[in-house]
Amino acid sequence: MRTSFWGALGALLATVIALWLFQGLTGNTGFVLSLRAKKLAALMLVAASVGMATVLFQSVAQNRILTPSIMGFDALYLLVQSLALATLGITGFVTLPAGPKFLIETAVMAALAVALFGTLLGRGGGRDIGRTILSGVILGILFRAGATLVARLLDPNANAVVQSVSFANFSRPSAEALGWAALVALPAMAAALWLGPRLDVMALGRDRAVSLGLRYRAMVLAALFLVALLTVAATALVGPVAFLGLIVAGLAHGLAPGARHRTLLTLAALLAALMLVGGQWAFERLFGLKATLSVVIEFAGGLLFLTLLMRGKIR
Amino acid sequence: MKTRSAIEITGLSHAVQRTEILAPTTLTLPGGKITALIGPNGAGKSTLSRLIARIEPPPEGTVLVNGLDVAQTPGARLARELAFMGQHTGLASRLRVRELVAFGRWPHCAGRPGPADSAAIARALHDFELEPLAGRFLDTLSGGQAQRAHLAMAAAQQTPWLILDEPLNNLDLAHARALMAHLARLREAGGSVLIVLHDLNFAAGWADHVVAMKAGAVVAEGPPAEVLTAPGLSALYETEIAVTEHCGRPLVLHHLGGVAERRQEA
Repeated sequence: MRTSFWGALGALLATVIALWLFQGLTGNTGFVLSLRAKKLAALMLVAASVGMATVLFQSVAQNRILTPSIMGFDALYLLVQSLALATLGITGFVTLPAGPKFLIETAVMAALAVALFGTLLGRGGGRDIGRTILSGVILGILFRAGATLVARLLDPNANAVVQSVSFANFSRPSAEALGWAALVALPAMAAALWLGPRLDVMALGRDRAVSLGLRYRAMVLAALFLVALLTVAATALVGPVAFLGLIVAGLAHGLAPGARHRTLLTLAALLAALMLVGGQWAFERLFGLKATLSVVIEFAGGLLFLTLLMRGKIR
Repeated sequence: MKTRSAIEITGLSHAVQRTEILAPTTLTLPGGKITALIGPNGAGKSTLSRLIARIEPPPEGTVLVNGLDVAQTPGARLARELAFMGQHTGLASRLRVRELVAFGRWPHCAGRPGPADSAAIARALHDFELEPLAGRFLDTLSGGQAQRAHLAMAAAQQTPWLILDEPLNNLDLAHARALMAHLARLREAGGSVLIVLHDLNFAAGWADHVVAMKAGAVVAEGPPAEVLTAPGLSALYETEIAVTEHCGRPLVLHHLGGVAERRQEA
């Protein structure tokens, strides 16, 4: 990929980061900068996690339309939130310490991922991706139905709280939750980049990968485990952001000159960061918090995705 | 006779949900030869080739490739002994021809190609007349061109054994012939080939050894002149097939049934 492209992308991201940090800086600058830096870190972490998780998942599934949310993660997130609210009540739920809450959410969602992948891939020798995905869809429906059932049992005020956490909220993460999420997501990102060349072979499909000597099943499980870690970190930190991954993975595949995973993963992470930080900056500073970023991203990203799809850039 | 470079199959069988796909098979595929695997649809040819190439899970029985037990040998080691090309050439990844062919060097360089790997890639591109297409994305190629790219990838693996499952699919006559000539050159250089074929005349013209399968079992094996006979092929395919001789090799006249029917109609 041309150096000028990476340079332009880096410069664009640096500009957006500078705007985020320093634009309209008044009053107690130290405090404001610290606050903005924490939020920036959360946005970058979520963006990179979602982008990389989607690229990894699509390589495992050999499909460019699927995302980790198809495995039922967002639905499980809603169910966990609803159950926590039903159990603890509004006061208990809202005052729950961020660290333990994040850890519990991560543990529950990661446990489901490992149980699902372990069971479904245990006998099939890594070939039954279709069954894994279909099981994810069914589990997603189950979780969503469960969340709806719990929501119906709650009083209207509690239900309103559940609704508020049903959409991505980038103002939500606390510094403590951010630390835990980083602890999970950053090693997963490093592992994904390290595994890049093997992921390239895995993406050729089972027959070719086995013929080339790759331990295909182990590679699929490793990739899905990384997807689980990245997805739970992002989802538990800010809520479901399913469509962002689809957009940035599609863009990364459209813009990348080939299918090397180190390039695709890096590109997806940078594009997601650019989109999320730039979008949140515009949302907060230009539009005065009169819109929801996740909705804006899904709308604008969806249009872009459709354009690329129709122009044949995404296959 | 057992040679070090042969593939030795002992008691190999395969079943899917209690349906026997491959009956217990004991067979030796000679090294340094082109072996053609023939038979009607559903005979178990692809299953046998996939089991040998350990694409299917470890089966009942043993397969030794150059003395290495397929079920016990690490994949990376085995990938330097045999290369496999299956029937399906579809890919989810958007790759250029050169990138795909370069993957053939993975067992040798694990993604860090050196000069020898670059030379092998260039040679494979040249051998399969892919140099003008090297920069093209696979999804912009015709079926036959994509087939040649996948063949070049298998060739770039430069393994003692090459296992090809119906590689002539999508290839025009000239490229099919060029592939068989390429396999013959590999054989002259000491390589061994197992090739699943439906066109019996390619087997008759190029193979040194023919294995005929039907209903999951090997029914005949030997030199082409012994296996490709009119009674043998007629029984194998359950249709009338004539065989004549051309330049000392069998020539299968499988179209004669149609000619006879037309004569009768006239």
